[in-house]
Amino acid sequence: MSESELRLTSQLENSEQPSDWLKSPHVELKNVTFSRGDRLIYDNMSMIFPKGKVTAIMGPSGIGKTTLLRLIGGQLYPDSGEILVNGHNIPSLSRSELYKVRETMSMLFQSGALFTEMTVFDNVAFPIREHTKLPEDIIRTMVLMKLEAVGLRGAHSLMPNELSGGMARRAALARSIALDPELIMYDEPFVGQDPISMGVLVRLIRDLNQSLNLSSIVVSHDVTEVMSIADYIYIVADKRVIGHGTKEQLLASESPLVQQFLRGESDGPVPFHYNAQPIKQDLMQD
Amino acid sequence: MDWLQNLGKGTLSSFAAIGRATYLLFGALFGGKPNFKKAFPLLIKQIHVVGVQSLVLILVSGLFIGMVLALQGYTVLIDYGAEDSLGPMVSLALLRELGPVVTALLFAGRAGSALTAEIGLMKATEQLTSLEMMAVDPLRRIVAPRFWAGVISMPLLAIMFSSVGILGGHIVGVEWLGVDQGSFWSIMQASVDFTDDILNGVIKSIVFAFVVTWIALFRGYDAVPTSEGISQATTQTVVQASLAVLGLDFVLTALMFGN
Ligand SMILES: Nc1ncnc2c1ncn2[C@@H]1O[C@H](COP(=O)(O)OP(=O)(O)O)[C@@H](O)[C@H]1O
Ligand SMILES: [Mg+2]
Repeated sequence: MSESELRLTSQLENSEQPSDWLKSPHVELKNVTFSRGDRLIYDNMSMIFPKGKVTAIMGPSGIGKTTLLRLIGGQLYPDSGEILVNGHNIPSLSRSELYKVRETMSMLFQSGALFTEMTVFDNVAFPIREHTKLPEDIIRTMVLMKLEAVGLRGAHSLMPNELSGGMARRAALARSIALDPELIMYDEPFVGQDPISMGVLVRLIRDLNQSLNLSSIVVSHDVTEVMSIADYIYIVADKRVIGHGTKEQLLASESPLVQQFLRGESDGPVPFHYNAQPIKQDLMQD
Repeated sequence: MDWLQNLGKGTLSSFAAIGRATYLLFGALFGGKPNFKKAFPLLIKQIHVVGVQSLVLILVSGLFIGMVLALQGYTVLIDYGAEDSLGPMVSLALLRELGPVVTALLFAGRAGSALTAEIGLMKATEQLTSLEMMAVDPLRRIVAPRFWAGVISMPLLAIMFSSVGILGGHIVGVEWLGVDQGSFWSIMQASVDFTDDILNGVIKSIVFAFVVTWIALFRGYDAVPTSEGISQATTQTVVQASLAVLGLDFVLTALMFGN
């Protein structure tokens, strides 16, 4: 899809108002508080991720973006608050209920997390073999179609260590859409990608969201890429949401925090340094 | 008072680790309903990795230990004109003690450390988390087949170790040092008891298999997911598994042969 087509579709979608999107949440966080040890990561935070849209979470490194995805996936439990996925409150589900909900969602890890002892083909076939009783020839067709979608059909017999970083991430993407999830979460999909695979990924995320009609959550600190694919954007800093809205709304925002983040300034209302004692004190110690 | 604080902290963290290890074991053995059709091929594959690939090491070690036993035994027994007892001496030492114990120690170094490193690396590369997110339980999918493979393989390896060791004893004792072949075998047969010696040895080996595999899997699963963490975990597996085997061997020996 070209740049102009992209703009066109997003304009078409804009005929329904962004404020309407928030009325049909796929994932919703209600007053979530979470801490790691003594460190508070999220303080009473609420968010809505609309159905069928690409929603981005932006924020500086170490702010807890991966943590947020793990909370949604039920791998971590909040100290308090609700995390609703399709109306199911994740922290209160039993183990088997949680596994049922997880079958409808998928997560693309920062590292790709391909199974190193299997070929690309077997990696993509893995979730299908685990969760269905389909015969091998149908699995083969499904796997090759998914690999075709990410442009890796020719690489199906390679082992993960024979792939470049960008290819590995696309193979992992093929695996995460193998069972046609309703929700897909991307953790820093653009990190460490060369400009070409970056472009490929950006288009893939957008296209998949459209063609499979799923809801996507993209976690990233790459402002440009996020701006180019996200329907709705949350900016997280300092344990809470400091701004949210469509791209246009954010650009027009008057909040100095939001502006600092979008322009990538290191100094401003959001501190660049991890909390520390004054540097003089650190340096003067013997 | 620092030592008291450290003692308390150390004790608490050991108890916490034992708790996590127990959780791991229960999750692997009893979590969810078993699916034998899927589990069986996984088990076979792991028996190959854990058991078959340790076979050469075990056989070669068994042979040498049997040969050394015969050589050492002969020099002592000949002074008393009792070299005919070489057969029972070698076989009892192997079946009761050296077979199970040395197999377990070698297994901890060969297969145990590999299990720890493999699982630790799966953790560090987020493969375990990604299994969970695919609604596949890593305890059942990854840990359980490896556990059973260890528990099944090690007693079999110990039996082979002892058998080859006895063969080694025969080579040195009979063929080399000239002990009478007939008395070597017949006195051995007369003095080795099936329950007391063979069965007790196998029971020991099953206990060691359980403990060594459990420690190896837990150390991998609990490893700090960095390269340093994994290397530490691998070392811990070998150290803790070896100590556990030697300690348990004393306890089991006291229980079995102590009166
Ligand atoms: N396993 C863990 N134990 C303790 N603290 C952690 C752990 N993982 C992450 N953290 C802390 O939680 C914070 C958020 O981490 P993370 O979600 O990975 O940040 P991000 O993905 O935004 O870079 C970080 O400051 C990190 O130090
Ligand atoms: Mg992260």
